[in-house]
Amino acid sequence: MQSDSMHVATRKGLFVYQRSSGGWSITGRHFLADNVTLSLVDRRDGHLYAALDHGHFGVKVHRSADGGASWQEVAAPTYPEKPADDPDGFDWSLQLIWALEAGGPDEEGVLWCGTIPGGLFRSADRGDSWKMIRSLWDEPQRRDWFGGGADQPGIHSISIDPRDPAHLMIGVSCGGVWVTTDGGATWRVRSAGMWADYMPPERREDPAIQDPHRLARCRSAPDHLWVQHHNGIFRSTDGAATWTEVTTAAPSSFGFAVVVHPERPETAWFVPAASDEQRIPVGGKVVVSRTTDGGETFEVLDRGLPGVDAYDLTFRHALDIDSTGERLAFGTTTGNLFVSEDGGDSWQAISHHLPPVYAVRFA
Amino acid sequence: MPRVTFTRNLQRHVECPPVEVSGATVAEALAAVFAANPRLRGYVLDDRGALRQHMAVFVDGRAIEDRIGLGDPVADGGDIHVLQALSGG
Repeated sequence: MQSDSMHVATRKGLFVYQRSSGGWSITGRHFLADNVTLSLVDRRDGHLYAALDHGHFGVKVHRSADGGASWQEVAAPTYPEKPADDPDGFDWSLQLIWALEAGGPDEEGVLWCGTIPGGLFRSADRGDSWKMIRSLWDEPQRRDWFGGGADQPGIHSISIDPRDPAHLMIGVSCGGVWVTTDGGATWRVRSAGMWADYMPPERREDPAIQDPHRLARCRSAPDHLWVQHHNGIFRSTDGAATWTEVTTAAPSSFGFAVVVHPERPETAWFVPAASDEQRIPVGGKVVVSRTTDGGETFEVLDRGLPGVDAYDLTFRHALDIDSTGERLAFGTTTGNLFVSEDGGDSWQAISHHLPPVYAVRFA
Repeated sequence: MPRVTFTRNLQRHVECPPVEVSGATVAEALAAVFAANPRLRGYVLDDRGALRQHMAVFVDGRAIEDRIGLGDPVADGGDIHVLQALSGG
């Protein structure tokens, strides 16, 4: 069943869109004027979650048990006390929730949360309390992580293996890809094949400083993964044991977001910007790039997208695909929201005046 | 007893009317406020228990010095104001 509903988290509120026979329209407006950075629809029990960043007042998590009619503030992850002699050059304090995902299908109530400055947290009670995954925090190579997109490093992608909820894969900017197969008790870095053009030659292939901007896993072929990295696109077909660079993307291989078709691991979509130094659409033309052959070739999709003096940027959580692979949506820094119902062949703008969009999720 | 007043900008998130509490330091006074209003704590202090980066606390019109431990003293009839720094967009 195609998705008829999506949640759009923006700098000034959480907007719920519904598709009816007349098209897509806003049917819910939550936390108006507040900075909503991520949302989650938990398909196991229907609960909704919103992560808010109040800036001065800090990061908060809210939960709804009634489809958004009412919300209740729940706990935000809390960092442990930093020992006086700890070498970290930053405070152990929550700065941002950068990933929020539901646990396995039989783990109702389990949520995972990735944060800046790099802590991973797990809740077993729908966010009423959180436990830091110390095994990852205490990994010696965690000290090599550094900020990418923020002053401190952060976990922006959490992917639970659909075959086994004890298998998790996370993406860290800048810290590489990390994997656990025992529910978080132990971790291994799995970035082999990635390289970093922002490092000196001796450190370029260091797995623990790589900058995957976003990690996507194919639901039906879970060993097939795609990464939009800071300096290109990488693909794995062996569960992150090895990564191969994909160099054929057009018009650019720079960007933040990536999604993969739930049934076809060779099909992935990206929203390119010109380059690291020029984070605007190439030539002022908003396009989506798509490969259907594992990265051998790419198509540039632009039907229905603005093509003249358009400077939209799409953040890493602001592109989503529904469970059929037919519907995609992305929201941008300039407040536009675009939807495709044909796998990206054509797009329609359904909003032009949203606040800057941080995250889009089909419900 | 010192009197603690919170910026109006906090009121839209958490109910926090002005309140009189006992305490000889800012830390003690705020602890008393948060004991009765636990949800408010996380809006003023970060998870280290320090004053949030863009918050300011004044005692009788003077900004506090100890933003980490909040050990600044407050007199019996003193006024504690918890305010925010403005930033936009």
